Amino acid sequence: MNTNSNTYTVIYSVILVVVVAVVLAFTALTLQPAQDTNVKVETISKILTSVGLYDAESEMSNDEIIKTYSENIQEAILVDAEGKVIGNMSTDAKSIELKGQGDLKLQSTFIKKASEGDADAKANIALPVYIFNVNGKTIPVVPCYGAGLWGPIWGYVAFEGDMNTIEGAVFDHKGETPGLGAEIATDWFCTNFTGKKIYDAEGNFTSVKVVKGGASEDDINGVDAISGGTITSQALEKAIKAWIEAYIPYFETLKAVEE
Amino acid sequence: MSDLKNTFLYPIFKGNPISVLVLGICSSLAVTVQLKGAFVMALSVIIVTGLSSLVVSLLRNTIPNRIRIIVQLVVVALMVILVDQILKAYAYSISKTLSVYIGLIITNCIVMGRIEAYALGNKPIPSLIDGLGNGAGYGLILIVVAFFRELLGSGTLFGFRIIPESFYELGYMNNGLMILPPMALILLGCIIWVQRSIQKDLQEK
Repeated sequence: MNTNSNTYTVIYSVILVVVVAVVLAFTALTLQPAQDTNVKVETISKILTSVGLYDAESEMSNDEIIKTYSENIQEAILVDAEGKVIGNMSTDAKSIELKGQGDLKLQSTFIKKASEGDADAKANIALPVYIFNVNGKTIPVVPCYGAGLWGPIWGYVAFEGDMNTIEGAVFDHKGETPGLGAEIATDWFCTNFTGKKIYDAEGNFTSVKVVKGGASEDDINGVDAISGGTITSQALEKAIKAWIEAYIPYFETLKAVEE
Repeated sequence: MSDLKNTFLYPIFKGNPISVLVLGICSSLAVTVQLKGAFVMALSVIIVTGLSSLVVSLLRNTIPNRIRIIVQLVVVALMVILVDQILKAYAYSISKTLSVYIGLIITNCIVMGRIEAYALGNKPIPSLIDGLGNGAGYGLILIVVAFFRELLGSGTLFGFRIIPESFYELGYMNNGLMILPPMALILLGCIIWVQRSIQKDLQEK
């Protein structure tokens, strides 16, 4: 057979491409559930880290992580721009519902537009809150999301019952500079946030400031910035501020209930 | 039989794709910060080079010469995507550390190079062995580089602490430079230097 004729070449490439496409489609469909679980478990493990229930060193299996989450969570809700609860997310171990990175990115644009006065964007805001109950203590966890130097950065901040003091925080990034901006995902940086407050001594909302050159010991609103990672540090500060500000109406309703 | 053995061993030492042919440098600089990552990367490349050489060799008499390279590329891409998908499903944390470098195996010159130079003109079994051998040669260098980078850069091997805490208390510090890619290049240079001083026939006059 003449393997150099045009007809042969065309038929050959069509068959090759179809065969390869079928193999790939089959693999993608078979592996999809396992891959989705992995992504979900990663988000869950981040949320658990902020509450102090998970530690990367402990090497928990996927099932254990899911179990820890569903045992300790009280409820997972969605709140709108006015702080009203507008929805529930399932916390059952078999069908955990979360807001993944795609959702956070979308909400991030809504928050930004709403702060510029866009009413449509404001109406679309639906922010997740994961409320944990650990040893009788209620700990709400809220996410944050923003643009870093090279790609998205995100994280979870857990609050104490006063909705002011940070119980724990965890951050992650897609591709910040190793050794510099990427340090936001390390333990020493994240534990910096524990015990810091989002209101200053006079009770005004200030969020958490990332202080270049190191925050002083008695600075209740400041954490140490990363030397050499200024842009990432500042991007993180901005992301936290924008997101927590969007949650303030909800926090106010919680405080009102307590009083 | 000894031919097959030779086909396998030659690319590991005498004709090593990284240290002699200087191919596949990019990924060997990027994924050698830790042994675990380097190990999985090595395994992935061995699988991809072996299987794609095998498949191309099986098809070699049917491939139309004019679209030869495209056919090879499709086969290699298929293998790489399969490896990537499987890692994402069963070794998620490692697949995250290796990030784009698994996908970039497609552009690794070793894979296409062995197909063009060997698999197109040889029977399937020797082609498979040749592919596996070249992958292993690549992997060997990766693991040697990662061994030194992880030991000196983080004081661990496969994530286990090797350098005892008491050394740190005495003032020992991890070499931060080891974590960064330039040091991988310098280590690679040292490996090539050692190999060339052992194998005199590699030295240019």
